[in-house]
Amino acid sequence: MSLEKLELFEVFIRSKRGLDHKHTGSLHAEDKEQALEYARDVYTRRSEGVSIWVVKSNDICASQEDDSESFFDPSDDKPYRHATYYPIPKDAGAM
Amino acid sequence: MTQINAKQDLIDYTVRLGDDAIVIGHRVSEWVSKAPFIEEDIALGNVALDFIGHARMYYTYAANVDNTLTGKNDKTEDDFAYLRDERQFQNHLLHELHKGDFAYTTMRQLLVDVYNKYFLEQLKNSNDETLAAIAIKAAKETKYHCRRSKDWTLRLGDGTEDSHQRMQKALDDLWGYSHELFEQDELELRLVEAGIAVDCASLKASWLAEITAIIEQATLTVPTQEWAVRGGRQGYHTEHLGHLLTEMQFVHRSFPGAKW
Repeated sequence: MSLEKLELFEVFIRSKRGLDHKHTGSLHAEDKEQALEYARDVYTRRSEGVSIWVVKSNDICASQEDDSESFFDPSDDKPYRHATYYPIPKDAGAM
Repeated sequence: MTQINAKQDLIDYTVRLGDDAIVIGHRVSEWVSKAPFIEEDIALGNVALDFIGHARMYYTYAANVDNTLTGKNDKTEDDFAYLRDERQFQNHLLHELHKGDFAYTTMRQLLVDVYNKYFLEQLKNSNDETLAAIAIKAAKETKYHCRRSKDWTLRLGDGTEDSHQRMQKALDDLWGYSHELFEQDELELRLVEAGIAVDCASLKASWLAEITAIIEQATLTVPTQEWAVRGGRQGYHTEHLGHLLTEMQFVHRSFPGAKW
């Protein structure tokens, strides 16, 4: 087995039941089964998790720095998209 | 059998189990910083620590029983790990053989991990409550070790021509040391009779069936050679154990009683 054949995987760990899986880090492995075992060994050895997801880094479609202007700037001037923008009518009572 | 002899038997047996665990744990730890890549380095370090953890449980228990027997309170796990010489260690020879290449380590782990799986399953039923409790804890880690060593055996056996050949050579070199795992001396027979020790001879069929299936799936061949080496349980060791103990015991013997 040559090291060049190893693929990069992203690791997501759920720290306890009811919480979301959170991105924890990445690692190299030959395939997804091995990646899962290494994720266990590398990222949960101090009882950090109850569930692990691994996904090939190549399979993640990520936004790029160049996209940020068109992706994110337009929402800066649209405060009405936040619930806090609207006054709550008295009759509605506590929300 | 007198009460005292029964306790001494229990101590001797428990120390044997500790010897198996600490010797292979130390061997696996020799991979730290030398594994093929960082993820495997960490994984092997974890496995080594699991085995050393098992050794600590066995040795600590043996020390406790020993203290009740002598009425003193001076024996600890360290006495068994660091202050005994080669002839007093009673681990199976398979565990002490050198680290070898990665194929050799992988194949040894497969043989030992699958053995431990069946062994601990039986030890859970021991009449001795502490040994049964240790078995429950160790079995969980062993299940993971089996998964790893099977996975690697399939990868390397059914991998490249080089990895296949190295795995077959490792298997051929190790096979003769596996028979000892299923042999019992009088001490173990007495304890089997008492419902304390595992009847390891009875594990052979299940072990062989599972190992054969994995080996064949990995496109390797189970050796047919008849040679066998034994003696570990009687304290007769290969040339490898002395070197291991030298390294493992050096700090403790150079600085007796040191704490940090």
